[in-house]
Amino acid sequence: MAFKHLINYKKFLSLSAMLLLLGTNLVMAQAASSNSTATDTGNTSAQTAGMWTSVGYYTLLFVVICIAVAIIGKIFKVYDLTLQMQGKKGVNWNNVMATCFIIFLGAGLIGVYYSFSVQGSMIIGDAVSVHGKTLDSMFWTTFGITFVVFLITQILLFGFVFKYKGSDKRKAYYYPHNNTIEKIWTVAPAIVLTVLVVFGFLTWRKITNTVDAKGEPASLNIDVTGHQFAWELRYPGADGKLGKKNYKLVNGTNKLGVSYDDKNSFDDLQADTLVIPVNKSVRLNILAQDVIHSVYMPNFRVQINAVPGLPTYFKFTPTATTAEMRNKLDQPDFNYHLYCNKICGGSHYNMQKLVLVVTEAEYQQWLSQQKPYLTDQLKKELKLAENPLYKQTVLQTRLASIN
Amino acid sequence: MSTLSVHDHGVAHHDHDHEHHHNESFWTKYIFSQDHKMIARQFLITGIVMAVIAMILSILFRIQLAYPEKSFPLMETLLGRFAPGGRLDTNFYLSLVTIHGTIMVFFVLTAGLSGTFSNLLIPYQLGARDMASPFMNMLSYWLFFVASVIMMASFFVEKGPAGPGWTIYPPLSALPKAMPGSGMGMTLWLISMTLFVASQLMGGINYVSTILNMRTKGMDLWKMPLTIWAFFLTAILGILAFPVLVAGVVLLIFDRSFGTSFYLSDIVIQGQVMPMEGGSPILFQHLFWFLGHPEVYIVIMPALGISSEVIATNSRKPIFGYHAMVYSLIGITVLSFIVWGHHMFVTGMNPFLGGVFMITTLIIAVPSAVKTFNYLATLWRGNIQFTPAMLFAIGLVSFFISGGITGIFLGNAALDINLHDTYFVVAHFHLVMGSAAIFGMLAGVYHWFPKMFGRMMDEKLGYLHFWLTFIGAYLVFFPMHFMGLDGVPRRYYSFTEIESLKQWVSVNTFITWAAIFAALAQVAFLFNFFYSIFFGKKAPQNPWNSTTLEWTTPVEHIHGNWPGEIPTVYRWPYDYSKPGHDEDFIPQTVSFSQTLSSNLPHDFEDHASHDNHEWVNTQKSNEEVK
Repeated sequence: MAFKHLINYKKFLSLSAMLLLLGTNLVMAQAASSNSTATDTGNTSAQTAGMWTSVGYYTLLFVVICIAVAIIGKIFKVYDLTLQMQGKKGVNWNNVMATCFIIFLGAGLIGVYYSFSVQGSMIIGDAVSVHGKTLDSMFWTTFGITFVVFLITQILLFGFVFKYKGSDKRKAYYYPHNNTIEKIWTVAPAIVLTVLVVFGFLTWRKITNTVDAKGEPASLNIDVTGHQFAWELRYPGADGKLGKKNYKLVNGTNKLGVSYDDKNSFDDLQADTLVIPVNKSVRLNILAQDVIHSVYMPNFRVQINAVPGLPTYFKFTPTATTAEMRNKLDQPDFNYHLYCNKICGGSHYNMQKLVLVVTEAEYQQWLSQQKPYLTDQLKKELKLAENPLYKQTVLQTRLASIN
Repeated sequence: MSTLSVHDHGVAHHDHDHEHHHNESFWTKYIFSQDHKMIARQFLITGIVMAVIAMILSILFRIQLAYPEKSFPLMETLLGRFAPGGRLDTNFYLSLVTIHGTIMVFFVLTAGLSGTFSNLLIPYQLGARDMASPFMNMLSYWLFFVASVIMMASFFVEKGPAGPGWTIYPPLSALPKAMPGSGMGMTLWLISMTLFVASQLMGGINYVSTILNMRTKGMDLWKMPLTIWAFFLTAILGILAFPVLVAGVVLLIFDRSFGTSFYLSDIVIQGQVMPMEGGSPILFQHLFWFLGHPEVYIVIMPALGISSEVIATNSRKPIFGYHAMVYSLIGITVLSFIVWGHHMFVTGMNPFLGGVFMITTLIIAVPSAVKTFNYLATLWRGNIQFTPAMLFAIGLVSFFISGGITGIFLGNAALDINLHDTYFVVAHFHLVMGSAAIFGMLAGVYHWFPKMFGRMMDEKLGYLHFWLTFIGAYLVFFPMHFMGLDGVPRRYYSFTEIESLKQWVSVNTFITWAAIFAALAQVAFLFNFFYSIFFGKKAPQNPWNSTTLEWTTPVEHIHGNWPGEIPTVYRWPYDYSKPGHDEDFIPQTVSFSQTLSSNLPHDFEDHASHDNHEWVNTQKSNEEVK
């Protein structure tokens, strides 16, 4: 009886194979023709027809697969029943599943190895900032510990599953609890985690301390403002200080709302690229205008949200210039970037800023070429010529340069 | 005392009801049912439908990620203005991500999972005729249903569904000008979630009161199966955490519609200075994550409870360290309220506070680790029966390990700086709470299907379903860790605009195909599920040789669950393979006097009354003599 079934299945299989081949040809032809029509005439009706052919084809393909699975299932069932009819034992699914698990463990380990070697080699390189190096070593320590735990527990899990597969001959070992073991595996992770927490906590406190300590050279302050969907930059002028901002002053000419009641504002510069000197502490003063954005520079291990109404900061020291990195990585087009990493609307995925790390000399040269934020038009609008604070500041700077 | 009186009440109720329950109409039986078994099935089927929808949404945006430059005419046919020229609109991409997350987290893994199994198992496993308040239970389902309908309706408004991510951070979600997804779609999202929370509260209050008041005679707290412990603590978490979300949501509705500024300040949008002052976007994040973090435990704890039960039953072994399991659940419950800040390390929250949250976060890893080790110890020297439910429970443990371990990186504030909001996070939570919880839910479906529908699901199809899904899920989520380590941000519409991210397009293509493969594998489940409801093999009363009370009820559902008196419970639910007993399980309803050959001191450790003490002491002295 089973044999007869098989003949039918064979016929069926050959039929479906024919269908597959023909269908593939058809779809290929369709694709080719729709491509050619799309290029010259853009015949939409032909495209739609082509689309429905391929949709129909893939649906049919899926149905055929389902039928094939059903047939294989039936064959198994028939085989199983025949065995039982002959008085033999049927398929022992416990054994089959246990074997599947151990195969999965093996294949999984190979997969993990493959993933680590192929995709693992695509991950970001070493940190190029001072605090980032600490983070990297902490990351690798955590990785080492957790990866060992991962391997041991997964191997134990699938190992036990394989070894203790069900059998009629055996009874499970009644083992409701063992307080000593439980205490050990409560305390052991607790200790490991405590160590990680302490290191993490200390590093975190150090990184997030954005105030320049006494005796420390002053950081370079840069103002970074996010809005949909771009970053605006403002550098301090000769005084090294950024002027205050007030969102109520924002308009077409004063995009950031810089306040000119503050004399530090007059010499501030605007820039298109985030250029920073190497090996110098940089403090980003971050704010958003409309929605939350996030300043994310993975190479420097820098990330902090830009929040409207809540100024945030990040202080870091880059350790390699863009040129050095290009040489090191052997990628002539390598560049650091600043991305937005907090969902902020339709063009979130393309809210980026080029970051250049340069030597101190290059930086000074670049800085001297930057335009002042205070444009002539803005001066006119604010009627600065009559502003006593402005006049006084200009005078002071002029005196200082003469001296 | 209370147990006794409720028990009596149940009997009276049942007797009284006997005359009526045969002439139920279609409406009272299938639609506005107040029977916990029917409500559980309603929750389950709605949950499955929502899961399929959310899965299809995820395939749509996965296709965009795999082929960012390619146009699919079919997309335009299906989605119209949301996919002009056969390519997803950038804003609609974000809407897909948002609705996928919302449905999966709330509608599938909260309502679909807790709703189904709490309703089904709490009365069954505790020996109650029904829930404490059947009417409220019905309301709970129907509010959930209405919430689902409203959520889906947002696909049909002009600007599309909500789009600011499932975490709906204002100001993005508060300013309709900021994105199309913050318009009408967002309003519907907020209404839907408010109804949803109301549904969860009604359900939760019902679960807690049923568990505390309606246990059968002998069913003290330490004789409850771990499923019930998990549902109990989950319900408590929900009751305490969900109202905070409603508070946050109501304030957001005020900000959106009534001109308040709880979350808004200093805003200039499209060159226009807005009048709001004094609010804080961070406040919303605090309110959201005060629910949001317990929420992930609301999702995973029922799954852990179900897998404890399934693993013990199918290993034919008592769960290892029952008390430790309960205490770790309690530990997780308590700690989950003081770790929410780990979602906010880099949001501008005071960094010192971040440090504190980091400490509490890593503490919560300890009970989670204990649970994992206990599962392993339960499998050790077991006699494992590979039912489809057992396969899914094993899969859950594997995902829980893989996903839990990456939590140690993310819980560390310093390491989070570079991993926050990258694909590493996506990989982490899809494994530990997405896949693990779905596997717990599927394990529950396969395990209790005979109880729910009186028929068996096909085992072989279950095997096929498990393997395809298990392999598929790992293929999808494992590579994402590396994308995160490269600093690839999540919720990016395409990776082609940024030079250093382009290398990941090929990996994305692979992930997408794995996702399509895993999604198609669900057809095996859906077919098996719906076919078996009508044409499955008739189920025996206790198909898995289980000890718990639900298997003492008749296969055919009756109003009030047990035809006669509710059985009395004498022992804990995990007497599997007890030495000295002829069968490898002893149901909870079998008294110790019937099993003299297999009684152990361990059986009396919890509630050592005077007699038991004597018995334990004689046993111990006997052993010393030996």
